Amino acid sequence: MANRFLENTDTPTWCPGCGNFSIRKALAEALEEVGANPEEILLISGIGQAAKMPHYINANGFNGLHGRALPVAVGSRSVNPGLTCIVESGDGDTYGEGGNHFLHNIRRNLNIAHFVHNNQVYGLTKGQASPTSDLGMKTGVQTAGVTSVPFNPLSVALSVGAGFVARGFTGDGDHLVTLLVDAIRYPGYALVDILQPCVTFNRINTNSWYRDRVTKIPRDHDTTDRDAALRLSHMWGDEIPIGVFYRVERDTFEDSLADRRKDPSGLEQFNPEQMEYLQDAFRV
Amino acid sequence: MDIHVIVGGAAGQGMDTLAGTLGKLLAHFGFGVLSARDYMSRIRGGHNFSILRAADTTPWAFENRCDLLVCLDETTYLEHIPKLTEDGVFIFDPESFAPPGDRRGVEVPMKDLATEAGGRIMANTVALGACLAVLDLPTTRAEEMLLEAFAHKEGVGEQNIGALRAGYDAVDGPALPVNMPEEGRAGGSRIFLEGNEVLGMSAAASGCRFFCAYPMTPATGIMTYLAGIEDSGVVVEQAEDEIAAINAILGASYTGARSMTATSGGGFSLMAEGISLAGMTETPAVIVLAQRPGPATGFPTRTDQGDLSFALNVGHGEFPRPVLSATHHEDAFYRLNKAFDLADRFQTPVIFLSDQNFADTARTVDEYDFSRLSCDQHLADPAEVELPYRRYALTPDGISPRALPGQLDSQVVLADSDEHDERGFIVEDAATREAMMRKRMGKTSAIAEEMDEPLYHGPEEPEVLLVGWGSTYGALREARAVLEESGTNAGHLHFADIWPLRTDQLGELLAAAEVSYCVEANYTGQFADLVRRETGWEFDHRVLRFDGRPFTPSDIIGEVSGDGK
Ligand SMILES: Cc1ncc(C[n+]2csc(CCOP(=O)(O)OP(=O)(O)O)c2C)c(N)n1
Ligand code: SF4
Ligand SMILES: [Mg+2]
Repeated sequence: MANRFLENTDTPTWCPGCGNFSIRKALAEALEEVGANPEEILLISGIGQAAKMPHYINANGFNGLHGRALPVAVGSRSVNPGLTCIVESGDGDTYGEGGNHFLHNIRRNLNIAHFVHNNQVYGLTKGQASPTSDLGMKTGVQTAGVTSVPFNPLSVALSVGAGFVARGFTGDGDHLVTLLVDAIRYPGYALVDILQPCVTFNRINTNSWYRDRVTKIPRDHDTTDRDAALRLSHMWGDEIPIGVFYRVERDTFEDSLADRRKDPSGLEQFNPEQMEYLQDAFRV
Repeated sequence: MDIHVIVGGAAGQGMDTLAGTLGKLLAHFGFGVLSARDYMSRIRGGHNFSILRAADTTPWAFENRCDLLVCLDETTYLEHIPKLTEDGVFIFDPESFAPPGDRRGVEVPMKDLATEAGGRIMANTVALGACLAVLDLPTTRAEEMLLEAFAHKEGVGEQNIGALRAGYDAVDGPALPVNMPEEGRAGGSRIFLEGNEVLGMSAAASGCRFFCAYPMTPATGIMTYLAGIEDSGVVVEQAEDEIAAINAILGASYTGARSMTATSGGGFSLMAEGISLAGMTETPAVIVLAQRPGPATGFPTRTDQGDLSFALNVGHGEFPRPVLSATHHEDAFYRLNKAFDLADRFQTPVIFLSDQNFADTARTVDEYDFSRLSCDQHLADPAEVELPYRRYALTPDGISPRALPGQLDSQVVLADSDEHDERGFIVEDAATREAMMRKRMGKTSAIAEEMDEPLYHGPEEPEVLLVGWGSTYGALREARAVLEESGTNAGHLHFADIWPLRTDQLGELLAAAEVSYCVEANYTGQFADLVRRETGWEFDHRVLRFDGRPFTPSDIIGEVSGDGK
């Protein structure tokens, strides 16, 4: 059966062989599996190669500013939690320019799935280091090699209190689809950091580099044990774990608003005169 | 009657409560009241005072004078005694300081009496009682208010009534008796509220469903007000920074809610890119900019109109940026509603300029007419929209039918910050870029049609023309009235809608007037610059104040009189 999420889209402009193609395919399959219709899905992104995804998936989309996808989701979730919301962006977008939003929205626990295409490089601006670039990686700007310690998104997310933390790899499509489906279904903020080779600008972390290292998290890992998840999240090098690190549920941002929110969207029923009582508080 | 009352002390001594209660009382008795806080940017200590003016008709501005001075500390006395009028009265506590002999002094042992009544914390209630005695006003209503205020604290209301009466009895006799206004004006249909409350209430009544901001003086009061009206349906979220705030309201607006944010200059600087995003994605948004003196942190608790040029140009690239302003408490309630309507009709960000002078000043006004507010999101009519849906469909007036995600059966909505085609897809080609620029910028002329002519008071052909915008309205209005009484043929033209600029009436009046003054609270004369840029016209004089304090009518009269008029 044709995938409805791949119809009526723009044509991807990614480089041939780019890992983003696998993410697009996995996302479209995950959305079919979740069983939603395109008009019930909202994709929010920032700017970068990854962030072009709303143009390549048939769904509602808000392609905003570099680093600012999560705040857009805050507003959207506040007024219409009926849409299934997915944030798609790159490592630079999410962990660099948007770092503050990353921290604080994990704390908020929006009910969204957050898919970060982590190619360990700035693709769109042609190959500078990103927050996740490995130490020593040389680029046109980091001419002597990267000297800042790489940002570890999974351990940061776990430390700040994320309830769903996972890592995927574009080289294992079926596994990735499962992760994306789980993340979309999870009631709360779900982070999936996706190892995504950039064939053009990252000559270190190539497809085969990852393939030699990724290992699925063993079945006996307890996904409700945060300390165990943190230990796993610190593994990077010869062995890179993929899969679900951590999964527990807690109250969401949307739950906290349930009493306050009225008219989820649209104001057809609203009449300013119904608010007249507000001035009673100021009568002399 | 027309009196100025100043209540001063260190932060934490409760002058705010005292002044607020006195203001409400005077309003209740039927006087028109204006009150404001002059506070330093700290929580304890320093010199802080509240100023209150009450008169038979509601005053528009403060003068630099005082008829009743309540000194909770010596600094207040030293700071304000020079402006106490001949017949004025000051109340002081001999325990705090001993002023030199002065027949105007009324000694009230505020702290002692408060202690006797149950606690020193009630010294301000003692002072309130003393004020009522000095003014020869009854204490009954004040007693009711104290009981209401402390209804949740067993016995505290009664203790405060004791303190109030002790203060009342400590005064020998009315030293500054005021005549009560005629019967019938008291209470009833009038309300007394601060500028930030006017804007908050207007937003809620305009159907704003999402408010997101990061605290910054003097804008914070809007967020506090909206958070406090819990059953209003407005979701209030404190953002992690102003960049988040602006992007969040765009997300909410795109999704379907009328949305607003509020900040001051520093936060507005951080919002610049987001405002540009609203322009490009054609997402309605209302941004309140409550100005305070910059640059940088500047004077956090004082007033200024120095961000006009910035507001007119905020955000990179070219897109329509309508700018409206708060002139006074009556008008601002309806004008913020207009900001929401413009934002929705023209699918654009709208900037609403306020400032500390407006935000923190309370004024009595007749109750608002909520039926004058509109709430129409101007969404696409599902029966008429062409399918497949194109968010940025090219139309003769540049306004594309706006649908919300999920609103149209089996249709999706794509908003894009890149230059895009009608569907919202990224483009690079010159022809589409040109068409989209024309579409977005083409909305400007229709927005211009919606701008109100400025408000005018005065003769058709004034000799002296005073021009202003925003919160200087009150000072200018009083100044004009005084000038007229003293025989000067003066007119006052005031802009609430600023951009796109209306110039017809200004042109006629400038041609008629012998001398013109543009009055604004900034260093360069940014509004005068705007007028010159748009028309080539130059005012004869720019009357500028940039010390962080609001204009008084006398400041303006002095400038005009000094000119030999
Ligand atoms: C405010 C701002 N700063 C800088 C840029 C330029 N810029 C666009 S994308 C990008 C980095 C993209 O890296 P990443 O988020 O990792 O996405 P990728 O292209 O690698 O998928 C930068 C620096 C921008 N668009 N906006
Ligand atoms: S630059 Fe890298 S990330 Fe971007 S499309 Fe090409 S391969 Fe993919
Ligand atoms: Mg990247």
